Amino acid sequence: MFIIPTVRSFWRTVARGVWRGRPPGLALDRPLLRDIGLVCLADGVVGVSFGAIAVSGGQPAWVPLAMSPGVFAGGAQFAAISIVLGGGGLVAAVLGGLVLNARLLPFGFAVADVLDLRWPARLAGSHLLVDESVAFALAQRDPARRRAAFLTCGALLFVAWNLGTAAGVLAGRAVGSPSALGLDAASPMVLLALVLPALREPRTRRAALLGAAIALAAAPFLPGGLPVLLALLGLVALGRRAGGRA
Amino acid sequence: MTPLAVVLLAVGTYAFRVCGPVLHRRIELSSRVRGMLSVAATVLLCALVATSAVTVGHAFAGWARPAGVLVGGVLAARRAPFLVAVIAAVVTAAVLRRLGLS
Repeated sequence: MFIIPTVRSFWRTVARGVWRGRPPGLALDRPLLRDIGLVCLADGVVGVSFGAIAVSGGQPAWVPLAMSPGVFAGGAQFAAISIVLGGGGLVAAVLGGLVLNARLLPFGFAVADVLDLRWPARLAGSHLLVDESVAFALAQRDPARRRAAFLTCGALLFVAWNLGTAAGVLAGRAVGSPSALGLDAASPMVLLALVLPALREPRTRRAALLGAAIALAAAPFLPGGLPVLLALLGLVALGRRAGGRA
Repeated sequence: MTPLAVVLLAVGTYAFRVCGPVLHRRIELSSRVRGMLSVAATVLLCALVATSAVTVGHAFAGWARPAGVLVGGVLAARRAPFLVAVIAAVVTAAVLRRLGLS
């Protein structure tokens, strides 16, 4: 009753020309669309393995089928399911997933300008905030392209992730591990390729390297998600005169 | 998972997502803070790259995955196309595993 009009008005707002008559996809060129397509393909396969792992571990089919559209965050979904399958309990599963997703809060502030839309579109578009859509947005300079990259990547990933999950649920135990295909290397690689241009700026690079070192040092000891948040300490490398004036 | 657990995880995650887009016009952010936020996102993404390339949970992920990411990363740093870098990372990891390196 609430969701359907929201989604509908999201697309109606799109149609009315919030993007000045251009649907977001058209502000992108073919290479960028192809890159987004590749990411969707890789994540779709990971979605297949999520659906398969959940049901072959004994979860009912509705669990992955509800988590993928509702949570829409691969890392947290895998973590929550594996905590439950490992007997860790529901509270630990929910908290573990939420800690992993806490990074979405600073991401939301960093790309908030791409969601300066009408309210229904802003609320629906917020759900598309994932690592990849943020990374694609940050890699664009032109504001229109930034917004188009974010929305296109987010929306197509949402479709790919959910189709993948459904396929995995159907296939169940028949699905092999995506790591045999090397697909576990795809997700860090995608983010690395997108973040590299920003690292050409020396102060950003210093902060990022320090942050990554802190996260790696903390990873053996802290629960998942916290090491990545701790990386924000790397911002001290910016020094006192940090900021937009540079 | 129970329905309540799934809903709590979904609602909590959405709350993290929606704060920035909803609040950023209401809070006066200096240009310094705005610049810092964009660097912060880059720092978080890099930390995510490092931890997800090298670790699984608290343990080492094995050599194949970081080797793949390294090969792709070198290609990307030399301005190879995105597609080439990602496929090189995936193929490297898969081939190394085929060769028996975990």
